[in-house]
Amino acid sequence: MEETLKKKDKILSAADIRTTFHTHGRTVQAVRGVSLYVESGEILAVVGESGSGKSVLMKSVMGLMPDNAEVKADQLTFAGQDMLGMDQEQLRKMRGKEMAMIFQDPMTALNPLKTIGSHLMEVLKRHRGMDKEAAKKEAVAVLNQVGIPSPEKRLGQYPHEFSGGMRQRVLIAMALCCKPKLLIADEPTTALDVTIQAQILDLLKSLQEETGMSIILITHDLGVVASLSHRIAVMYGGLLMEEGTTEEIFYTPKHPYTRALLHAVPKPHSGSKERLEPIPGMAPSLIDPPSGCPFAERCKFACERCTKEIPQYRTYSTTQRALCIYSGEELDHKEGEVESHG
Amino acid sequence: MDNKNNEILLEARDLCKYFPAKDFFGRKKAEVKAVDKINLAIRKGETFGLVGESGCGKSTLGRTLIRMYDPTSGSILFKGQDITGLKGRQLLPVHKQMQIIFQDPYSSLDPHHNVREILKESLTAVSGISASEMEGRMEEILKKVGLKPDDMYKYAYEFSGGQRQRIGIARALLVEPEFLLCDEPISALDVSIQAQVVNLLEDLQKEMGLTYLFVAHDLSMVRHISTRIGVMYLGRLVEIADSDDLYENPLHPYTRALLSAIPLADPKLASQSKRVMLSGELPSPMNVPTGCHFHTRCMYAREDCKNHIPEMVEVSPGHFVSCPYAEENIS
Repeated sequence: MEETLKKKDKILSAADIRTTFHTHGRTVQAVRGVSLYVESGEILAVVGESGSGKSVLMKSVMGLMPDNAEVKADQLTFAGQDMLGMDQEQLRKMRGKEMAMIFQDPMTALNPLKTIGSHLMEVLKRHRGMDKEAAKKEAVAVLNQVGIPSPEKRLGQYPHEFSGGMRQRVLIAMALCCKPKLLIADEPTTALDVTIQAQILDLLKSLQEETGMSIILITHDLGVVASLSHRIAVMYGGLLMEEGTTEEIFYTPKHPYTRALLHAVPKPHSGSKERLEPIPGMAPSLIDPPSGCPFAERCKFACERCTKEIPQYRTYSTTQRALCIYSGEELDHKEGEVESHG
Repeated sequence: MDNKNNEILLEARDLCKYFPAKDFFGRKKAEVKAVDKINLAIRKGETFGLVGESGCGKSTLGRTLIRMYDPTSGSILFKGQDITGLKGRQLLPVHKQMQIIFQDPYSSLDPHHNVREILKESLTAVSGISASEMEGRMEEILKKVGLKPDDMYKYAYEFSGGQRQRIGIARALLVEPEFLLCDEPISALDVSIQAQVVNLLEDLQKEMGLTYLFVAHDLSMVRHISTRIGVMYLGRLVEIADSDDLYENPLHPYTRALLSAIPLADPKLASQSKRVMLSGELPSPMNVPTGCHFHTRCMYAREDCKNHIPEMVEVSPGHFVSCPYAEENIS
């Protein structure tokens, strides 16, 4: 019992993050008060559709937002350090070294005029103070680690000589150069083919086990995270709708949005041509977000109260909570009623 | 749906489409064999799914079939008529019967035109109907795809991705085609919207008796929507089967690898499933391997795979595979 009660270290914890943009005289409320944490050595998946605020949330955490964005938070600590009190210079040192990020499109993230070797060696020289010789050696070692064959030869090549999957491996190698405590991967496999996607996901998983770092995986695809993540946070309309362990989200989802999302895709390995259950309507605009639950408009359980106020979180276990006025049981009951009437 | 209709609507015989690859001075350097000797028959009323990784030629095959591209050699038969050699205006009646919806709903609609103008352009191209009939048809088709009549005067930017795709579908169906090429119609859409579009396509197929060629790389959605599926690798079809048969009993080593790479949206299944990992990278389409295109990445490759181009063989009713050792490898 003692063991299970002992809390793991939280490498990152954030409370009530609010990010707004000012553009063309309008204000976009991209993230509207999200709290989340990442334990050390875990893979957290942040799942959401386009415009849900998932990428903005992570960029806010890293301090990578442009000047027209305003980020507020009650608390933001990374590895025991308070990030809110840091200036740009301190943040810059921490990024790249202690937390690293990889992006969706591996082509635009690399400089086409520089060799792969100089990409890697620049990071090593800057953040780890290595000389040229040592940096070169280390660069070969990291390329090896991410599974790039004949790394010595590859160092002198340019990004265009690499395929999409290999470029993503290079980006992962760059991120690994400084042995970060946290790796944020923003849709790392969206631009890749399914066989290459499988390779990259396996690579991320084995690197996590090998190095013990934490990973935040941002994605729109629940299928991608099922085999990979320990916990999942589901975002919608700038809010965290539900979070829980991967098993909780897949097998006992509590929020109507999570449930709808799971029903909208064909079930794996079922030959049945069951009709899909789409979610009607579309995601709300975040320029003037609804005052109530952002999902209310598309939710089959919504009542008047839902459109008026943003609900409170209901806690289901030490790991699972959902932002809905109804509990999971109430929803099951309502679902039964809908079916028997319809 | 249940009674099997075996009437063939569209057929490709030894169809090839090569693109010249040119060097800096415009001299022909090599040839990209995007579609290489493909034989395929699509039945009336079915949904034929075409899957494969990027660069395998699946979109090119689709577009050559509907004569958006001129084939290099081979022939295409639509309702028994050879349409391979048709040119210019001769193609109009063919295009009236074969339409396409595109992947990117953002770039496939003219931003300067409102919905009415977009639709009207497609109708006037095939002409022959009066103005009042035209209005009626446009209103009817908008209703069918789930848009409101007053959406007619809106511009593309006023719609979301899913609604734009509905406009694209309306434009394609306006001329009452029999065959619709769906070229990755849902890959640019959010998960919650994908199901809306897939259901719409299924409804329209039933209502209008359409035949679909569904090109996609999302393998679970392809299984859901297709009656039969063809798997492509570097310009060639490697396996064709009924969709459930293909997923439950894949024979070609490439199909097996491709299917096992599908991320499963179920943690328990995902942790149990064994992946057939492909080694290496997709070879350049400008310099394809000899013999069986897949031999460089195939774990079962033998000596004669390097020299001998495998034939498509029907191993069980309706299940074709182009690997002579397929069944032997599995057992």
